[in-house]
Amino acid sequence: MQYEEILHRCFRCGYCKLPGNYIDFNCPAYLAFCFETYSPGGRMWLLRAWLDKKIETTDRFQEILFSCVNCGNCVEQCTFPKFKDQLLLAFMAGKEELVNAGKVPPAVRDCLTNYQHHGNPYGFARKKRHGWAEDLEVDRFSEHEYLFFPGDVGSYDSRGQEICRSVARLLKANGISFGIFGADEVSDGNEVNAMGETELFRYLAEENIKTFNASQVKKIITLSPHAYNAIKNDYLQFGGQYQVFHYAQILAPIIKQQTYKSDVPPMRVTYHDSCYLGRHNGEYWSARTILSSLPGIQFVEMDRNMQNALCCGGGGGNFFTDILGRGANNPARARIREAAETAAEVLAVACPLCAVVLEDAVKAERLDERIEVKEISEIANEILDKAN
Amino acid sequence: MSGVSLMKEIVEKLVKIVGAEFVSDQPEERYIYSMDPGTMPPREPDIVVIPGTSEEVRQIMILANRDEIPVVPLGAGLVLSGLSRALKGGIILDMKRMNRILEVNETSRYAVVEAGTSQGMLQAYLKKHHPNLKHSAPDAPPVATIAGNVSIHGSGHLSHAAGFHSDMLNGLEVVLPTGEVARIGSCATSPYWFSRAPLPDLAGLFLGWAGTTGVITKLAIKLYPNYKYNDVGIFVTEEAQLIPDILHRMTGTQVAEDMTTWMTPKPDWARGFLHCDINFGANTKDELIWKRNLIRASVQEYIDQKVAGFMPLPPAMKQPFLEVPARTLSRFADVRRGGGFEYVGAIMPVDLFPEAYKVGLEIADSLNVNYSLGSRIIGVNHCMMFFYAYAFNRADPADVERAQKALEETNRIVVDMGGIPWKAEAPAQKEIIRKMDPNMFDLMNRIRAVLDPKGIMNPGNWEED
Ligand SMILES: Cc1cc2nc3c(=O)[nH]c(=O)nc-3n(C[C@H](O)[C@H](O)[C@H](O)COP(=O)(O)OP(=O)(O)OC[C@H]3O[C@@H](n4cnc5c(N)ncnc54)[C@H](O)[C@@H]3O)c2cc1C
Ligand code: SF4
Ligand code: SF4
Repeated sequence: MQYEEILHRCFRCGYCKLPGNYIDFNCPAYLAFCFETYSPGGRMWLLRAWLDKKIETTDRFQEILFSCVNCGNCVEQCTFPKFKDQLLLAFMAGKEELVNAGKVPPAVRDCLTNYQHHGNPYGFARKKRHGWAEDLEVDRFSEHEYLFFPGDVGSYDSRGQEICRSVARLLKANGISFGIFGADEVSDGNEVNAMGETELFRYLAEENIKTFNASQVKKIITLSPHAYNAIKNDYLQFGGQYQVFHYAQILAPIIKQQTYKSDVPPMRVTYHDSCYLGRHNGEYWSARTILSSLPGIQFVEMDRNMQNALCCGGGGGNFFTDILGRGANNPARARIREAAETAAEVLAVACPLCAVVLEDAVKAERLDERIEVKEISEIANEILDKAN
Repeated sequence: MSGVSLMKEIVEKLVKIVGAEFVSDQPEERYIYSMDPGTMPPREPDIVVIPGTSEEVRQIMILANRDEIPVVPLGAGLVLSGLSRALKGGIILDMKRMNRILEVNETSRYAVVEAGTSQGMLQAYLKKHHPNLKHSAPDAPPVATIAGNVSIHGSGHLSHAAGFHSDMLNGLEVVLPTGEVARIGSCATSPYWFSRAPLPDLAGLFLGWAGTTGVITKLAIKLYPNYKYNDVGIFVTEEAQLIPDILHRMTGTQVAEDMTTWMTPKPDWARGFLHCDINFGANTKDELIWKRNLIRASVQEYIDQKVAGFMPLPPAMKQPFLEVPARTLSRFADVRRGGGFEYVGAIMPVDLFPEAYKVGLEIADSLNVNYSLGSRIIGVNHCMMFFYAYAFNRADPADVERAQKALEETNRIVVDMGGIPWKAEAPAQKEIIRKMDPNMFDLMNRIRAVLDPKGIMNPGNWEED
């Protein structure tokens, strides 16, 4: 297994279980399951024991490995410099071993099969990929400045589609030149990579790269931070080199400069950092810039923010496989409780996966009366409509 | 009933008490909970349970007592000396879900917490809700629990000012091995958890016993002023025999919160020097300067003689020395790129410092182990916790054995010197028992027999061969 030489170096000190301010557990898998086996240190030692044949490839072992949602909190907080950079890579390598051995939880198997057969995790037809754009005037990419890449959730999930349309509307309203590929693109593959199916990831990435290069794509705006991460960081190894932006990075400087005609009612807002913008790519400020530039917004931070944000649990394929379950210790539910504690009426997100997961959590926590999840372009559109 | 079917029945009953998601008899949990990060060999539990309330703990104890199943309370498992391994199998009671902070009394400066509350959680909670208060945190990683630490007589960042963490305990709620729930301290008769006095002090029945007398489910600890301005000074000498007097003089000023010493061969500039860190705080800058001057004046004679002096420390370099807990301590586990260290923490009089230091160097030299030595002053020089930390590579059994040998040797010498290994490994407990007044050990056994007639609490600890 790749990175097996680092497994024994974990001290099991547990810094990785917490955010930097120590306020509560911050590893989503550990939070959801509570047993030490699900903590970053526990999985390091378990992997070592498994390689040493002290532990067999049981269903539970598979569940433990695939409960890691690749949030990167452990990488951020681990107390050993350098070693920590390889933590998540070791967990992904462990998943890869299981994938190669064909021993993965059924939900992971089904999800990967869908990616393989249909180029998306839902098993929907590829031709329906541009369904979100049917009632919008969005061009096919040709000589536009940017390719707009909606990703799987933006393309197929009904809530994701709403967000996708809202972002596209705002980009258009601000004169951004972009086009899409619709049915010609496949999944960005970020979750496939996170689930350790590296060959399938390579295939998906190469498919997209072929399409992008054939149309001489240079700049890409992604809807999803997950796609942003894959295309920006991982496509390079397959020869895909582009200037990649998350839509918040494009919109932030534009919205910052806007002026508004009339006042809008105040709105108390807090913001949930997506792991693939924040910890994985160091992008903490674009969404905050948008929110703080909009009139009427009273911005308030949660206790766990930026590098210390609690993941919603939607990464690592868990959005589709639901390994973490929906119990009270589910990280999205914990996150919603934390957001509600700030007395914010809106929890802003910049990721369609976070939006869907956190909206479910609002219902599960019965907090609908107190807090609503909104994506930042939706907030911007709503306020701009009122203010102009 | 066979052992296997009894355990199956116990699992079913535990599931009824805490819910299926918080009980495991799976090989993965049994493996991970069989050891801690130290050198003690693994011992597998049969079952791991994560209770959520005192009532659940009570029901678990009644069940375990009825069927004579061993129960081992577990905080964060960071004691390093293997005290929360299931030496005789049975149930590990992982307390982490019981982590509610129940009350903070700002005026009387105490906090009531559930036993699984971690040091880090309380620290963060106070910072947010009661910024003028703090508790004495150990340098253990922040997931370490308040109860685990108090119950082993831990020490930390206010130990010079206020003693062992067990001295800062105001009261307990415990579930006895037979299932009764008892309150100890003022909370036994009052809604307030303000002190253990003036009642007979039964808290001692649960302090220093390595979880062999009951399960702590709630506790109250004292809080202290959190100063606005904080500073650290590092006093350095090459002469170990001066240290007891240096500490005596500096602690005599009673203005610091924490005093620790450290002696390490790495980094190179530190080799051969004995460093004494003095942490102190104040409400105003003037007060801080006044305290700094008092400490300096107490050791001016040594500075004038040029046998010791304060290390110049630019403000940026002070940060790691002001960090609570100090992350650098955990990093010692990576010196051999092997994820392990364990230490003997010897409680002893400060007079023994030079000898303790000499012994540490000799052991490290003779066994060729990576070492780090140091101490924390408890009270106004009333005693110290002298630590001998040895790093090891857990992937190399010979290296683990070398560290184990160094720890054993250190424990033995410490006892002979007149010190007492703290949170001692089960073999070191036997060393202590050999030296102990037999009537004290007899009394310990009689107390245990009353509290735990079936011997189910963390068996294998505080026992003779
Ligand atoms: C890097 C490092 C630095 C450290 N620095 C310090 C320091 O500065 N000061 C210090 O005091 N310690 C220090 N320690 C030692 C140790 O980690 C701490 O004392 C820690 O607080 C122990 O708490 P725990 O929750 O990990 O206890 P555990 O290891 O889980 O348990 C300790 C003992 O208490 C018992 N126990 C736990 N919970 C209960 C309960 N609810 N009821 C009854 N019994 C219980 C267990 O059975 C066991 O016998 C350090 C350790 C490390 C690794
Ligand atoms: S912080 Fe790093 S060394 Fe410590 S338990 Fe976590 S992964 Fe292991
Ligand atoms: S990446 Fe996140 S979920 Fe995975 S082990 Fe690290 S902290 Fe836990």
